[in-house]
Amino acid sequence: MKLKNTADNARLKGRYRAEKRFKAYCFTAIMLAAGFLVIFFVDMISQGYSAFYRTEVLVKLTYSEAASTNYRRAVSDDVFDVISRGVLRTIPREMRANPKLVGTSVERWVPAKPDIDQYRKGKLDELPPDVKQTVQRLEDNGRLEFRFNSAFFTQGDSKLPAEAGIWSAVVGSVYLLVLTLLFAFPIGVMTAVYLEEFARDNRLTQTIEVNINNLAAVPSILFGLLGLAVFINFFGVPRSSALAGGLTIGLMTLPIIIIATRAALRAVPDPIRLGAFAMGATRWQVVRDHVLPLSLPGILTGTIIGLAQAMGETAPLIIIGMIAYIPDAPSGITEAATVLPAQIFTWAGMPEQAYIEKTAAGILVLMTVLLTMNAAAVLLRRKFETRW
Amino acid sequence: MTAGDILLVFVAGLLPLGYAAYFLGRRKAVTVLAGGQSMHSRPQQYGWYAAVSMAIPAIAVALVATFADLLGLAEPPPAMILTAALVCAAAGLAFGVRTVRPELRARNRLDGVVRWLLLGAALISIITTIAIVVSILFEAVRFFQVVSIWQFITGTSWAPDFGSAAGGFQFGSVPLFAGTFMVTAIAMIVSLPVGLLSAVFMSEYASRRVRGIAKPMLEVLAGIPTVVYGFFAAITVSPFIVEVASWFGLDASYSNILSPGIVMGIMIIPFISSLSDDVLNSIPNEMREGAYALGTTKSETIKKVLLPAALPGVISAFLLGVSRALGETMIVVMAAGLRPNLTWNPLEDMTTVTVRIVDALTGDQEFNSPETLSAFGLGLMLFLVTLMLNVISTIMVRRFKQKYD
Repeated sequence: MKLKNTADNARLKGRYRAEKRFKAYCFTAIMLAAGFLVIFFVDMISQGYSAFYRTEVLVKLTYSEAASTNYRRAVSDDVFDVISRGVLRTIPREMRANPKLVGTSVERWVPAKPDIDQYRKGKLDELPPDVKQTVQRLEDNGRLEFRFNSAFFTQGDSKLPAEAGIWSAVVGSVYLLVLTLLFAFPIGVMTAVYLEEFARDNRLTQTIEVNINNLAAVPSILFGLLGLAVFINFFGVPRSSALAGGLTIGLMTLPIIIIATRAALRAVPDPIRLGAFAMGATRWQVVRDHVLPLSLPGILTGTIIGLAQAMGETAPLIIIGMIAYIPDAPSGITEAATVLPAQIFTWAGMPEQAYIEKTAAGILVLMTVLLTMNAAAVLLRRKFETRW
Repeated sequence: MTAGDILLVFVAGLLPLGYAAYFLGRRKAVTVLAGGQSMHSRPQQYGWYAAVSMAIPAIAVALVATFADLLGLAEPPPAMILTAALVCAAAGLAFGVRTVRPELRARNRLDGVVRWLLLGAALISIITTIAIVVSILFEAVRFFQVVSIWQFITGTSWAPDFGSAAGGFQFGSVPLFAGTFMVTAIAMIVSLPVGLLSAVFMSEYASRRVRGIAKPMLEVLAGIPTVVYGFFAAITVSPFIVEVASWFGLDASYSNILSPGIVMGIMIIPFISSLSDDVLNSIPNEMREGAYALGTTKSETIKKVLLPAALPGVISAFLLGVSRALGETMIVVMAAGLRPNLTWNPLEDMTTVTVRIVDALTGDQEFNSPETLSAFGLGLMLFLVTLMLNVISTIMVRRFKQKYD
């Protein structure tokens, strides 16, 4: 049918134009979000990739008598000004621990000063001319080059940017996640099982439900205040320890695990329960032998997602003091520890230029771990998802 | 002995006892069965029954003693607690094994125990909430003994250090809340349109394939930790804003409030979009079809039918987004300033409630100093406001669900 009325036709065209416009707005919105994501990753990678390698200098370390008291003597004067102090400082200690070293010498790649490193990465404009000359000479002799920065992964925090690494923070994060899991997983699953399988619909049950939803929306920093007031001041858990952090973050993760577990339990169809009841099983037997095994993939998926969130959490940990300067990895759950995001926060606040790339590199590591965890959760869900 | 050692000894004592109880209970049941008598439950259930009768009194004694110690009611020596607990365990074991009889309904008893155990776990969430309220309230009350509530709510000068120009400390929280509301407003201006329109695109326009890309993308956005957003705001966005502002001839601070606001908005986009997406998806298809039958275009259907129907859900998403923005800490700590500043200009630096909470608790003040306690006063306000927003949002979304489910 053809529309004869031209006025109507014009209006129709206008309406179609409006339709196109609106669709374009919606598309723009999603592209904005995508665009941000791209900008973000490009920015982080371009700032952070350079922390994975560093300028190192091949020097001759002389373990002479003089070096055991004054580490300056361990290297020749011309390279002393280009290498980071970190290695030299350990020399007297090394010699005390191993007296056989005295009188020997060794050629070793040691990190250069952060200024030189930053200059060669193009992040610093100028160097003092004499240093520049030395750098040029060493470079020409093949004694100064970029090498893979393995120290970034194997060393803890340091006040010298050339030596700073994420290792102690990674250990702290692992402690924290294990404690969070040990604490939040059993309690979360038990709560969900109670609410879905055991509870009658009464006042108490409703209160618990409202509570859990509210807890999920309480700002994370308030959990930090709770951790400080209850775990540290009242229960006497050591400040800055992974234990205090694990308990606090565990409470935060609890609602996430509960909500995910409830959804997984609800997905198990009733006939399975009724069948088991008909065989004379008690409620606990039904849950233990039938409902829980069937909903386990869903529960694990939710748990991994909860842990990924726990791993990125920073604010409550700052409140309970987990931003301490930790050069060596903690060896127990009651020792002062720091975690990866807190390490990122500490580095971000450092005035030296060299810490910026460290921060961005730390972020890249953290994001890789988080994305892997989330991908694992998605795969788990896809693989074991049952449609009833 | 440290708390860890005590716990270790306790568990080390309890485990073999539990195993013994299980073993004895089961053996007794097996013996009865071998005698030709039939029993109500299976032998291993009698075993569990005996183990549970052993554990309950022991754990109860240990818990009561620990709490009495923590609350300062009594200070029993650890050795005494341990002995008492283990004696109770032994008594429980003897009782459990003795009561194993054919007519004992061990299976049902176990079910009851499990139910109580699960209820106990469920109560932890309530205890957490109470603990948050009590711990914050307790310290906040101490703070308000030093500073009057009225001055706290209406004062426009925040100077918690003794050395301030005004002389003495001042705790007027208005500039902090002004900063918080400014950053929240900017965040919502960014996130509401983008989040809502993304949700509309995903639920109404996108094909399955596009949706399969867009949804995980938003999830990645949601999975970025706040400390990372904070670094991005401070290192990349703030200098960019200063540059753009100077290009327009404006003067912007490097810790301007606009940058954390925008980045916080980006952080909240996936939050708004996923909640709105859920709401749009739960609107029954009949409503769309009815509108199409009247000859409306897709966008008219969305604007005139779907969005009004989804309004309560969208408002609830908005309120939850606001509540997140108010409580967001890392982005503002890293990108916003520390200076309490009462202004309308988003290019100036302002500080927020959460920044000041962190600042008060990471300084080297004593725990009892008014500055440290002020963190709890601010925390209390934050808790009350976010709680109110969460409750309203829950009520709204429930109304919406009742209408369409």
